[in-house]
Amino acid sequence: MNFDINVSKCVGAGVCAIAAPEIFDQNEDDGIVVVLNAHPPAEQESKLRDAAVRCPAAVITLSQQ
Amino acid sequence: MSRISHPTPRTVIVGASAAGVSAAEALRTRGYDGDIVLVGAENHEPYDRPPLSKQALHDPVSVGALTLRPPNHLQNLGIDLRRGVAAVHLDSRHRKVLLEDGTDLEFERLIIATGVNAKHLPADNNISGVHTLRTVDDALHLQAALSAASRLVVIGGGFLGTEIAAAAIQRGVEVVLATKAPTLLENALGSEVGQQLTSLHQKQGIRLRTGNDALVQSLRTNGHRVTGVHFASGGTENADLVVVAIGSEPAVDWLRASSLTLSDGVVCAADCSAGDGIYAVGDVARWHNPLFDLSMRIEHRTNAVDQALHVADRILAGDRLPYTTVPYFWSDQYKVKLQAHGYLRDHDEVQILQGSIEEGKVIAIYRKGGRLTGVLGAGAAKAVRQWRAHIESRTTWAQALEVAQSNS
Repeated sequence: MNFDINVSKCVGAGVCAIAAPEIFDQNEDDGIVVVLNAHPPAEQESKLRDAAVRCPAAVITLSQQ
Repeated sequence: MSRISHPTPRTVIVGASAAGVSAAEALRTRGYDGDIVLVGAENHEPYDRPPLSKQALHDPVSVGALTLRPPNHLQNLGIDLRRGVAAVHLDSRHRKVLLEDGTDLEFERLIIATGVNAKHLPADNNISGVHTLRTVDDALHLQAALSAASRLVVIGGGFLGTEIAAAAIQRGVEVVLATKAPTLLENALGSEVGQQLTSLHQKQGIRLRTGNDALVQSLRTNGHRVTGVHFASGGTENADLVVVAIGSEPAVDWLRASSLTLSDGVVCAADCSAGDGIYAVGDVARWHNPLFDLSMRIEHRTNAVDQALHVADRILAGDRLPYTTVPYFWSDQYKVKLQAHGYLRDHDEVQILQGSIEEGKVIAIYRKGGRLTGVLGAGAAKAVRQWRAHIESRTTWAQALEVAQSNS
């Protein structure tokens, strides 16, 4: 499963990095999302879904490809 | 009770903001195959609230830009969204919710997500130029009013009041900010951080009234139009715009005749259940958070979703696992983005570990009893998130100070 992110909406909460630390990190200062793996393996799909749904700014959009 | 009376199991969710929408979506996407009815009092597509006191006050925004989900997303999930209709009564014995249009909604499960309403001053109704901010309609009105305003008095020095004051002065409006505490945000963050934030606002040109000088006696009006605020200590501030940001109260009037326990919110057990098959989530829910061993009601955006997902999972799993969470919030104060994890209110001690608000980089930790209970930061998001892990693992204050020592 792939995903898109809209960085301009990111509020730096770090919710994604807590939910899916293999896929997301934050930068040191303002906490804006940093993508560690744009093509996560299938076994991380539930973590990716969790990150997308918990993000308080709806930055992460899942796509099926 | 008569849980099997309805042919298809039905979950009714009252409140269609972040918590209600997340609960509905999670139920469906995680396997619930009963009916889901999502009831919202506002006439808009479900939208997001944190931007209302931030971007939405700077530029005119469309409601469409704030929606929580793409158009038809909920309908495509088979969620029956009823917009623009408030719930007016819960009949817990017969397991139904009465809506203001006369509809009776029977339910097997009920999730209460009605949030909070802004508190008003006594007798500020029907005076033009006096605003509160809770809904997107409020934000659109306030945004427009700021375009025409020359002098604003904000009553209330919490997060909402300070964010509104910041937006207004950046738009060229003269601002007086009145807070009953000695400093801004003192109740939430403590006096030292509060003092630093107060300086930040003063440097931007905000004029402050604090303590007894901030107690409002009455509004001065000309006809139905506000022209100023009389303060109890004697002074009057001229104003063509007044914003009342003195807090909020749980939206529970529709539950007063029900069997649920109400006490500053819907009182829930640790799993967020408030009755048999009845749950509350988001700003309206008061529950016992085992991680802090405290009764909490959290008005934060991330909690709305986390709590909703927790309840959806309890309904699907049929268990009563407690909801354990480290609260999180952020606030934009000019260029400074504050981020906090944990429970900072009612703390016993604050230690600023490094930096200051003025430098735009600060980390402060909070103690309650013998434990580390909170961390506040700006410009240090990742370090702050590491402190969150220490809060989650119930680190003692002594251990926290050792960690701080070894980090420095």
